[in-house]
Amino acid sequence: MRELTGAAAAAGPALAALDRRARWRPAELVFWAAALSPFVLFPAYLQLASQIAIAALFALSLDLILGYAGVVSLGHAAFFGIGAYCAGLLSKYAWGEPVSGLLVSALLAGLAGYAVSFVIAGFRHLALIMITLGLGLLLQEAANSASWLTGGADGLQGIDIRPVLGLFKFDLYGRTAYGYALAVLFLLFLLARRVIQSPFGLSLRGIRENAVRMPAIGAPTRRRIRKIFTMAAAMAGAAGALLAQTTSTVSLEALSFQRSADVLVILILGGAGRLYGGIVGALIYMVARDRFSGLNPQYWYFWIGLLLVLVVVLLPNGILGGLRRLSAWRLRPAS
Amino acid sequence: MSELTSAAGEAAGAASGNRPPAPAGVPAGRAAALTAQGLRKHFGSLQVARDISFHLPVGARFALIGPNGAGKTTLINLLTGMLRPESGRIFLGRDDVTSVEPAVRVKRGLVRTFQINALFPDLAPLEAVALAVCERKGSAGAFWRPLPAYRDELEEAYALLQSVHLAEDCLRPTRELAYGQQRLLEMALALATRPRVLLLDEPAAGVPRDESSALFAAIAALPDDITVLFIEHDMSLVFRFASRIIVMVAGGILMEGSPAEIAGDAQVRELYLGKGGHV
Amino acid sequence: MLASFIGVLFDGFAFGMLLFLLSVGLSVTLGMMNFINLAHCSFAMLGGYVAVSLVNAGWPFLATLPVAFAAAAAVSVVLERVLYRRLYRSSDLDQCLLTIGIVFMSIAGAAWLFGTVQQPVQLPPALRGALQFGPVRFASYRLFLVGTGLALTVLLVAALEYTRFGAQVRAAVDKQRMARGLGIDVDAAFAITFALGSGLAGLGGALAIEIVGLDPAFALTNLIYVLIVVAVGGLGSIGGSFAAAALLGVSDVAGKYYLPALGSFFIYLVMVGLLMWRPAGLFGKRT
Repeated sequence: MRELTGAAAAAGPALAALDRRARWRPAELVFWAAALSPFVLFPAYLQLASQIAIAALFALSLDLILGYAGVVSLGHAAFFGIGAYCAGLLSKYAWGEPVSGLLVSALLAGLAGYAVSFVIAGFRHLALIMITLGLGLLLQEAANSASWLTGGADGLQGIDIRPVLGLFKFDLYGRTAYGYALAVLFLLFLLARRVIQSPFGLSLRGIRENAVRMPAIGAPTRRRIRKIFTMAAAMAGAAGALLAQTTSTVSLEALSFQRSADVLVILILGGAGRLYGGIVGALIYMVARDRFSGLNPQYWYFWIGLLLVLVVVLLPNGILGGLRRLSAWRLRPAS
Repeated sequence: MSELTSAAGEAAGAASGNRPPAPAGVPAGRAAALTAQGLRKHFGSLQVARDISFHLPVGARFALIGPNGAGKTTLINLLTGMLRPESGRIFLGRDDVTSVEPAVRVKRGLVRTFQINALFPDLAPLEAVALAVCERKGSAGAFWRPLPAYRDELEEAYALLQSVHLAEDCLRPTRELAYGQQRLLEMALALATRPRVLLLDEPAAGVPRDESSALFAAIAALPDDITVLFIEHDMSLVFRFASRIIVMVAGGILMEGSPAEIAGDAQVRELYLGKGGHV
Repeated sequence: MLASFIGVLFDGFAFGMLLFLLSVGLSVTLGMMNFINLAHCSFAMLGGYVAVSLVNAGWPFLATLPVAFAAAAAVSVVLERVLYRRLYRSSDLDQCLLTIGIVFMSIAGAAWLFGTVQQPVQLPPALRGALQFGPVRFASYRLFLVGTGLALTVLLVAALEYTRFGAQVRAAVDKQRMARGLGIDVDAAFAITFALGSGLAGLGGALAIEIVGLDPAFALTNLIYVLIVVAVGGLGSIGGSFAAAALLGVSDVAGKYYLPALGSFFIYLVMVGLLMWRPAGLFGKRT
């Protein structure tokens, strides 16, 4: 039926090109090596560095559903918050070892995501936005009311975090915190990278690019969306657990609309659908917020608002997209 | 090859006695690839499908013609499951697929192309076709190994693109391709699913004359065991490729016949063949 | 028992009328252009602050209402020209983000100009106090709200049904491409509708001060309610907005009165449930 060697040979160059696209770029290796620099170069900023890592992980989890599958969610902080409260409650009532606590929290957040995915998988546009918003608000209200469990507006009390794996104690300088957060971020990043480069990741991009065409090539769209939504929820839960464990605090803010909006801003700033967008966005956003922390929070939101408007109008694909366009423009042959 | 499976099916049916009977209107002993019975659909006060019944024999090349607004694309939407009929049945071979999900119909071999390109702007043709192949083979849900590891799927996708002369541009984003090339990709996507019944919605629409030769070559090269129904306005295409023609008007089937019968029919001529050639 | 129930119903309905005024503009413009304008309540907030400023300058309350309407409408025209127009073809996400950015800026702007305190408003004597019918007490201001709401509803429905402009709006909501094909200037119709809708929001904002208060967070705290009304009532439907607003108003007041521990939980639950059942809203167009 098919001339085996002929067709295989002809496809060679194209497949090699695809192969090259999937490989690690030198810039990526430099980036991750540089991620170790705070230990040596900025020891005073290690706490900030771990917050950046946590925000980056959270943004990456949102990228999986929004940047790659096209699911717009205004309630993603729900899973972050579930992970955070879970980790906090585990350390308070059960055991305080972080890694196992993180695994359990991520699992629980993933289960919640699985349940929710059945609800959201069939909706698009405004209905989807509203439902995700509504579900997030529901959880916020419930968490507020259940103050016997969550501590309500005062936050969760009595969190007791033990050394990581029983070996690495959380110190005042934040060395352990950053090492731990960075390790979790890197591992989950590797997982996200695999998913995105797999056929499953390709099908997600297909759903984002043309949701109508997917059933017409036989794709079970809802099942795919449910799968990635569950994964993204688990990842967000892991980020939330990290927050609880590195700061030993959990408050209602962790599952608030504010946090859902913040992570959206971070992802869009860096550029959705570009794997590193969440990390770049988190870096810029958190550093800027730290710089301007003396500023009245309201004025901070003025600049964020302006930034959003500018990014949407001028840089539709975020900073990474803008850089890509810039490099493409510079590489164009002079004509 | 389809004759063998249908004959085997009939034998098995006779033996086991629990196969559903052939759909009404189909001559016994000759399997129909696609059968529609009494399809009805309306939107508000507009009747877009009036009691539509027909059957396509295996390997047939049928053309569906009719003036704009006759309901041809609506019929395809009904057949593929994008629209639900109010009454009537649809059979793919012997299976009743009237209430089967669209994606499952594709898996069973009922595939369509779109009149207006429904492609993936950011994906490259190789990626898009490989996706369709992966869906067919069931590997599109796998998330652990990277796409380049699926060499069989990629080689099949490449070969398919070669057969429609898109291999050269297979790695450029779809949105950068010329319109005629996009139309070819539309066809390649459908072929990647290995259809048994292929519904083409105006495959040559919007394609300039000089780019359409590749398209027609692809249509002519379609294997004989694939059953094809295509909507077309270009009469030269219709008379070149169709063995039978169905004429639709205002949601209903006016008549069905061989090209000679249709060309010679006074009603059809009056309807819109009066100018002759391209409509 | 019955008296308090009637009281709750009335208060709820009055709140619903307020929500209707705040939401109807968003519903129609969403239905026409599918443009997700999350900054809709910023226009309401603008109307509120305009009213407060004028009252503090000595204007009678009722006279500030038309000015609130006009100010919000005028600003919306500018915003539409300069920014919104570029994004009609953009994705839902981009529209959300742009308008959220505007919301943030408006909140910060209001905080800078007016501070974060709640703004009180001086009502004319006629609107303070209440009318007593047997055991039930009907606050005059709420009666005024109900009257205004109903009057405007009748006006809007009449305009939609009986004027040529209204016919154009209905056509554009129903099938935009076809309306353009028929020669209807959809863009102009939209610009006018958008201005009217934003103006109504501004009016609603001024009227809302007495009921829900006015502070810079207004643009966000009431956005949720407005979105619920729009999503539940259906895009592009005045009748739907009316029904949803009334339903929401009564549910909210009744919920807070009879089950205060639940807070807004009940409302959100109702919204999610209704949207799952009817994603296009109760009266929305089914795609």
